[in-house]
Amino acid sequence: MSGLIRFLKSLSLKELRVGLGVTGRYFFARKFTLQYPDDKTPLSPRFRGLHALRRYPNGEERCIGCKLCEAVCPALAITIESEPRDDGTRRTTRYDIDLTKCIFCGYCEESCPVDSIVETHIFEYYGEKKGDLYMTKERLLAVGDKYEKEIAAARALDAPYR
Amino acid sequence: MEWLNTSIDWLTLLFQEWVVVYFHMLPDALQTVIWIVLKIVVIMVPLMLSVAYLTLAERKVIGAMQVRMGPTTVGPRGSLQPIADAVKLMFKEIIIPTGANKYLFLTAPLLSLGPALAAWAVLPFGDGLVLAEVNAALLYVLALTSIGVYGVIIAGWSSNSKYALLGTMRSAAQIVSYEIAMGFALVGVLIAAGSLNLGEIVNSQRGDYGALNWFMIPLFPLFVIYFISGVAETNRAPFDVAEGESEIVAGFHVDYSGMAFAVFFLAEYANMILIAALTAIMFMGGWLSILPVSWIAPFADVPVLGWILGDGIHWFFAKMSIFLFLFLWFRATFPRYRYDQIMRLGWKIFIPITIVWILIVGLFVLTGLGPWFSAA
Repeated sequence: MSGLIRFLKSLSLKELRVGLGVTGRYFFARKFTLQYPDDKTPLSPRFRGLHALRRYPNGEERCIGCKLCEAVCPALAITIESEPRDDGTRRTTRYDIDLTKCIFCGYCEESCPVDSIVETHIFEYYGEKKGDLYMTKERLLAVGDKYEKEIAAARALDAPYR
Repeated sequence: MEWLNTSIDWLTLLFQEWVVVYFHMLPDALQTVIWIVLKIVVIMVPLMLSVAYLTLAERKVIGAMQVRMGPTTVGPRGSLQPIADAVKLMFKEIIIPTGANKYLFLTAPLLSLGPALAAWAVLPFGDGLVLAEVNAALLYVLALTSIGVYGVIIAGWSSNSKYALLGTMRSAAQIVSYEIAMGFALVGVLIAAGSLNLGEIVNSQRGDYGALNWFMIPLFPLFVIYFISGVAETNRAPFDVAEGESEIVAGFHVDYSGMAFAVFFLAEYANMILIAALTAIMFMGGWLSILPVSWIAPFADVPVLGWILGDGIHWFFAKMSIFLFLFLWFRATFPRYRYDQIMRLGWKIFIPITIVWILIVGLFVLTGLGPWFSAA
């Protein structure tokens, strides 16, 4: 008897009609698509994108060559060499980040005692040939100089929660 | 404005004096040929455009059902996407595999597109609006839809690839099986209408009650089975095991590229449109209006409204669109059948039901049931 009922039920195509109903409802639902190059999702001030080295307002570079970031980096992407400058302070002579190794964990930024190395909101960058994604000290400082305003604004927004 | 009027006058004169006069000077046989070619162009060009835009509609509809947008970038709201796709495919290289039989390999796409287009010759778009008034049109259509499978078979065999051959064998067995259920469903229509002529089949669905007179109602099981078999016949989801990506790459056309592939693509969509048109003609009264005659009568003389409500080609297109939407809706909804399930459905469920219902239709006709068979 139950077999007969099942047979008649399958003949009525009930399950197929229920399935069509589900897709039919979604046909009219609001679409989630984001038209990426035209529209972008809002970014958190904690977003971890391209790295930058910052300077103090008087133009002095913040980094003091303590190598905490190099030590904490889990991907061993950071290479630092440092020596005393003429005025007796310790400064880096080399500060490289290999972005092809970097996993963008943000530990370098967390570990920095002087807020020098930061990860910015920039994520739309690319390299065309080998070495383009190997950031040297000059390039990192240039990024920092160019986006200092945005970097500072993002830090200020996040400051109450740190 | 003066120069525009004079130039229009001049063009009309030119047309009357030259084109019409010279046309009548041609031999009669040639005139007939030119007329037929013109009619074919008038059918083929919109058909090809519909095929192109059906691909866009498919991506848009399935996109919407998956809560995304589909193509939006080429042209306003993606409206030029099919053109871009066509241009891309035309400029791609047609790669012929080393082990393939070159001539069969290149003939196969044409063999699958040809029948899909040729069947349009006998489809009536309106009362008497048909390229070839054939009395055995139903047989012709059945024959042509079956020939389409040869394109698939030859494509798979000439590719000399095991995946293509597997896809071909599945497709051939599937199409042959569903052909039977489809044929039986049409036998029901044949009994009900008493004619093989598609125009007469539509006219026998004419009556005082509009949509209630259509064969869809007394032949409802056959209607459902015919459309489902049509979906299987065109190798569309959920019956698309012939090109099941997950098991056999892309099935029978895995080795095709460029325009040769595009022709297979065109054939698939042309077949979809054909099945939609046939379903509309056989079961939903082709170009007949959905409204009862007595409701339309008061509006018959109103300029635009009378034309819209009355019988006409627009009803035919509207009905076709419904079935085409169903094709896309099915694809967005159902998971693919397993191969043995497809065979079981075709042989052990559809064929018995159609045979039983043919007997019932016979009884209907004998008893002259309802508004459908009282005339018979």
